[in-house]
Amino acid sequence: MQSPGAIEISRRDLLAASAATVTVVSAHSLSHAQTKATTESQSTKVTFKVNGESRELRLDNRTSLLDALREHLHLTGTKKGCDHGQCGACTVLIDGRRANACLTLAVMHEGDSITTLEGLGQPENLHPMQAAFVKHDGFQCGYCTPGQICSSVAMLEEIRANIPSHVTRDLTAPAEITSDEIRERMSGNICRCGAYSNIVEAITEVAGRKA
Amino acid sequence: MRAFSYERPASIEAAAQAAAGMDGAKFIAGGTNLLDLMKLEIERPTHLIDVNRLGLDRIEATPEGGLRIGALVRNTDLAADERVRRDYALLSRALLAGASGQLRNRATTAGNLLQRTRCPYFYDTNQPCNKRLPGSGCSALAGFSRPLAVVGVSDACIASHPSDMAVAMRALDAVVETVRADGTTRSIPIADLHRLPGDTPHIEHVLEQGELITAVILPKPAGGKQIYRKVRDRASYAFALVAVGAVVQPDGTGRVAIGGIAPKPWRKEAADAELPNGAKAAAAKLLEGARPTDDNAFKLTLVERALSAVLSEARG
Repeated sequence: MQSPGAIEISRRDLLAASAATVTVVSAHSLSHAQTKATTESQSTKVTFKVNGESRELRLDNRTSLLDALREHLHLTGTKKGCDHGQCGACTVLIDGRRANACLTLAVMHEGDSITTLEGLGQPENLHPMQAAFVKHDGFQCGYCTPGQICSSVAMLEEIRANIPSHVTRDLTAPAEITSDEIRERMSGNICRCGAYSNIVEAITEVAGRKA
Repeated sequence: MRAFSYERPASIEAAAQAAAGMDGAKFIAGGTNLLDLMKLEIERPTHLIDVNRLGLDRIEATPEGGLRIGALVRNTDLAADERVRRDYALLSRALLAGASGQLRNRATTAGNLLQRTRCPYFYDTNQPCNKRLPGSGCSALAGFSRPLAVVGVSDACIASHPSDMAVAMRALDAVVETVRADGTTRSIPIADLHRLPGDTPHIEHVLEQGELITAVILPKPAGGKQIYRKVRDRASYAFALVAVGAVVQPDGTGRVAIGGIAPKPWRKEAADAELPNGAKAAAAKLLEGARPTDDNAFKLTLVERALSAVLSEARG
């Protein structure tokens, strides 16, 4: 396996995104490949919509949707936190449903519609959830915020679609928007600054109910 | 992550054939566990076969009065299905007790069954682990074993199976349907899907290379009160220390499966038979032959108490 140092170097090199670096990474990978794999077969062309715009990319198969968005399409609103599906900072909407962009391969999303924070709202035209996060101080450092906002927008849709949660008392009754429901349903988004109570207030306001 | 080639086959048969011909090939569905492990180079497939678009994402009624759940049905959709909520509430509850909203939107029925242990030593590639590197030893036996298994374990491995959904499937007598590369299919009762570690903890199930799970079948509804009680270190988004999945009939008979304590969802016929006699009697049967460590011996008490709480809730 790669040493932590080697991983660090390749990540920095990827940020630099020089052609030379890409070649080095591919050659290194090839030395590990057990099968007929060639540089050609280790990359795939994929076309998907991002924030309404069709994008076509040829990507190393290993590229996560998160890295495709950040490093290839330069949509850096989506954040990389843990890169293992534990923190929720990379939450985006795939065909309207929230998902961890770090735990899915970009090449698996042929034809899909991806929405990132940039697609929800812009500085001059904030999404109501963005405006509510600002109003209620639903963040401190702000790193988890894009994931929190994407997640909360989709989460309210899940309640409207009557998808139950762990704290839903009656599985056969319509799902309700309560503070307990919001907290449970947002448990996949970690905020290490601990802005949770303000996040719940922001979401509650958008949901149209008092906490 | 190691490099790999990728394909999206057009049919179930083509997927099984593609995988059968290549030792390094793996199916990828939700990818929420596989990609995590690939990043750590614990999983090192040389070829990925994407089975996401093979039409395996439907839930259908069976002629026997049960449900046929496609292998690719997402955890969210299975938990939210009206028939599941009404007739198999245990399954909805177990699914909703696991992971996060984001993960449940991607994770699939078959992938959930085949997810791998969260034993910290399986994940730590600097430590010996017989499951990750056969013959290297088990770091958990004398290490941090609090979350790990107490029954069904061996000297080689005490990893626990992490799935909540599988516990419900076990209590509901689900059957796994598969297709093999030669086109033949088979039905595997969920009790027989996972293997105990013995001296080969790296072999976790009975599926052959290239064998693809196509569906999970639920028999007709079991009725009764269906309760899933999960005990964990925080209220949400954590794996079970102990989880109890039970179906309890008005006369006190029923069935119970336990999660968090074994390398597979744990159920004993003798324990089911003891349910009318209470939690202590049933727990004793469930935990027969237990080999806890100092760190996880508390699970023996916790199983009995969690089961006691479930039986008391069932009595209403």
